Amino acid sequence: MKSLEELKALRDKMAANMGIREDDSDNIRIVVGMATCGIAAGARPVLHALTEEVAKRGLKNVTVAQTGCIGICQYEPVVEVFCPGKEKITYVKMTPEKAVRIVNDHIVNGNPVNEYTIGSTVK
Amino acid sequence: MYRSHVLVCGGTGCTSSGSGRIVEALEKEIAAAGLSEEVKVVKTGCFGLCALGPIMIVYPEGAFYSMVKEKDIPEIVSEHLLKGRIVKRLLYSETVKEDEVQSLSQTQFYSKQLRVALRNCGVIDPENINEYIAYDGYQALGKVLTEMTPQQVIDTIKASGLRGRGGAGFPTGTKWSFAAASVADQKYVCCNADEGDPGAFMDRSVLEGDPHVVIEAMAIAGYAIGATQGYVYIRAEYPIAVKRLSIAIEQAREMGMLGKNIFGSGFDFNLEIRLGAGAFVCGEETALMTSIEGHRGEPRPRPPFPAVKGLFGKPTVLNNVETYANVPRIILKGADWFASMGTEKSKGTKVFALGGKIHNTGLVEIPMGTTLREIVEEIGGGIPNGKKFKAAQTGGPSGGCIPASLIDTPIDYDNLIAIGSMMGSGGLIVMDEDTCMVDIAKFFLEFTVDESCGKCTPCRVGTKRLYEILDKISKGKGEMEDLDRLVELANYIKSNSLCGLGQTAPNPVLSTLRYFKDEYIAHIKDKTCPAGVCKELLTYSIDPEKCKGCTLCARVCPADAISGTVKNPHKIDRNKCLKCGACMEKCRFGAIVKN
Ligand SMILES: Cc1cc2nc3c(=O)[nH]c(=O)nc-3n(C[C@H](O)[C@H](O)[C@H](O)COP(=O)(O)O)c2cc1C
Ligand code: SF4
Ligand code: SF4
Repeated sequence: MKSLEELKALRDKMAANMGIREDDSDNIRIVVGMATCGIAAGARPVLHALTEEVAKRGLKNVTVAQTGCIGICQYEPVVEVFCPGKEKITYVKMTPEKAVRIVNDHIVNGNPVNEYTIGSTVK
Repeated sequence: MYRSHVLVCGGTGCTSSGSGRIVEALEKEIAAAGLSEEVKVVKTGCFGLCALGPIMIVYPEGAFYSMVKEKDIPEIVSEHLLKGRIVKRLLYSETVKEDEVQSLSQTQFYSKQLRVALRNCGVIDPENINEYIAYDGYQALGKVLTEMTPQQVIDTIKASGLRGRGGAGFPTGTKWSFAAASVADQKYVCCNADEGDPGAFMDRSVLEGDPHVVIEAMAIAGYAIGATQGYVYIRAEYPIAVKRLSIAIEQAREMGMLGKNIFGSGFDFNLEIRLGAGAFVCGEETALMTSIEGHRGEPRPRPPFPAVKGLFGKPTVLNNVETYANVPRIILKGADWFASMGTEKSKGTKVFALGGKIHNTGLVEIPMGTTLREIVEEIGGGIPNGKKFKAAQTGGPSGGCIPASLIDTPIDYDNLIAIGSMMGSGGLIVMDEDTCMVDIAKFFLEFTVDESCGKCTPCRVGTKRLYEILDKISKGKGEMEDLDRLVELANYIKSNSLCGLGQTAPNPVLSTLRYFKDEYIAHIKDKTCPAGVCKELLTYSIDPEKCKGCTLCARVCPADAISGTVKNPHKIDRNKCLKCGACMEKCRFGAIVKN
């Protein structure tokens, strides 16, 4: 460690991994349905892809969590995105590739990926 | 990246209730479920709620599990970590409201607390310097070394109003300025982690949960006064704290936070640990330094004060662990931020080890000025078994008691002194109506008699005599003149002892006499102990109305003091009775009374 700048850079890198431990309701929450139905339908690789992408981009204030059966088993794997102060958005029939796009378009740029949402899939 | 962090308390309390085995079981189950890449297990320092240990928090949900057993681990892993279903039956009941998991900070135990010194305890992995850095660790040292002069550092600490947390409450910035003004070829910075008060574990918890904060603060102090060498004096009975501090020093060295030319500033600082053997007197500053020098830990007269002539005869700053734990935050957030908390003359927060007759025993940090009532009734969750609050003892063997009539006193240095107690290092023992105040005074005096180093007569002989008078009173052999003798002797010891140990040893006697004189008088005149504690003054008897003649008591009495025939009232022979209370526990009809 030679300078304060170097320390600050290290802090920022490390802090990205720690945001998860804050009781912070301002966080964006990405929730994956991980009941038996979800796991059978391939929810685990989706969860993986989400965490990897969030980490790769060093996003703070984003947590990836799992939840039980959301109740729409035929559309599994299901991912829900909760942004503070906005309606929940539900994505269905997810794949790891789709998951990466959701992080890029929705979480980073703020544009929900309409074609993956439950509304457009049901239609 | 891990999507979930499982924090398990690895403080001394939870370790003794089995948190080590829980961590092992967790890691095994997590590996078996194929989650090792996704879930991180972190062993932290104390969360504070020791009564409910072992404790575990799972993030991102913030689910707070208490009293976790090894056999609960498979369920936590398969339900919560794999499927995301929180195991409700293990949640700390206070965090469950209307079926929703609530954040810990909203519970009664935590909502009135304010964590400054304990900020990272229970949050970070104390054995991983990167987690400390993630929470702004070593930023304050970097700022001080690259942007501030030593004088500016001292001015900031002065302006914050920080006072020593080790007992006396001396202003920290002023202490540093004295040492800075002393001219010498070598100066030292020391940390007092001796923590000798019975029942106190604040400093241990800081060192176990956040060792780097002490290292960082000591380096800052070194820069401020011009010292390049530091020593942490810690008792050998704290093995977990010693181990974590050693690891932290090693990591800090590797990363260049200790050693030569820190942050390229030209400032050198090194730190070493010195183990104490656990004598209370070695917490006294001059005895502590004598002990570090390798001699028997005995106090010496002051002046000269350590700031002028301390360790190895060189100017030295000695501060308490918790005092140091506040320093980096003050540097980063500013003196005004710190001074905005607390009361007029006591700024910031104070950590207390809450113990005795209280629901939530554990570690709490509150803003100065919080009332005792808030601590006992709200944070502490009240007194078990519907008993009444009688008094609280602060300051351990050097302090005194706060009676129920003063429960609304805002706690700060000056208020506690005014009511005859003192802040001390932060032990807070709650007593209920079943506590005898003569017995409490006797307990603390017994401790000081044991711990007096014997160097000076007022303390060595005086405390022994005080103890003997108390013992006499507790056995019903006291006379009213003894009360005057107690006061006279107490004041003599206070003003003539060499060090703080003797100077404060009579406080428990004086303060119980001040607030509970009637209890002393009851022991002397009526030969009774109102709280039913002092054995010699108790009599056990059987109420003939209630006794059914079941003979149970006669059979358990070890002294054959109970006689009677089946179905007829029994009787206790007072001359034979040992006052062990065995009969009272056995009687199912409440026929045996003690008074
Ligand atoms: C008998 C005796 C025991 C003491 N024990 C401790 C102790 O365990 N820890 C501590 O920090 N200070 C203890 N002190 C107070 C120290 O002498 C000293 O005042 C303190 O460490 C200074 O640090 P501070 O200004 O940060 O409080 C003790 C004092 C006496 C007289
Ligand atoms: S007051 Fe007691 S502990 Fe202190 S030097 Fe005298 S004998 Fe030793
Ligand atoms: S145990 Fe109780 S009821 Fe039975 S003989 Fe003794 S006092 Fe009487």
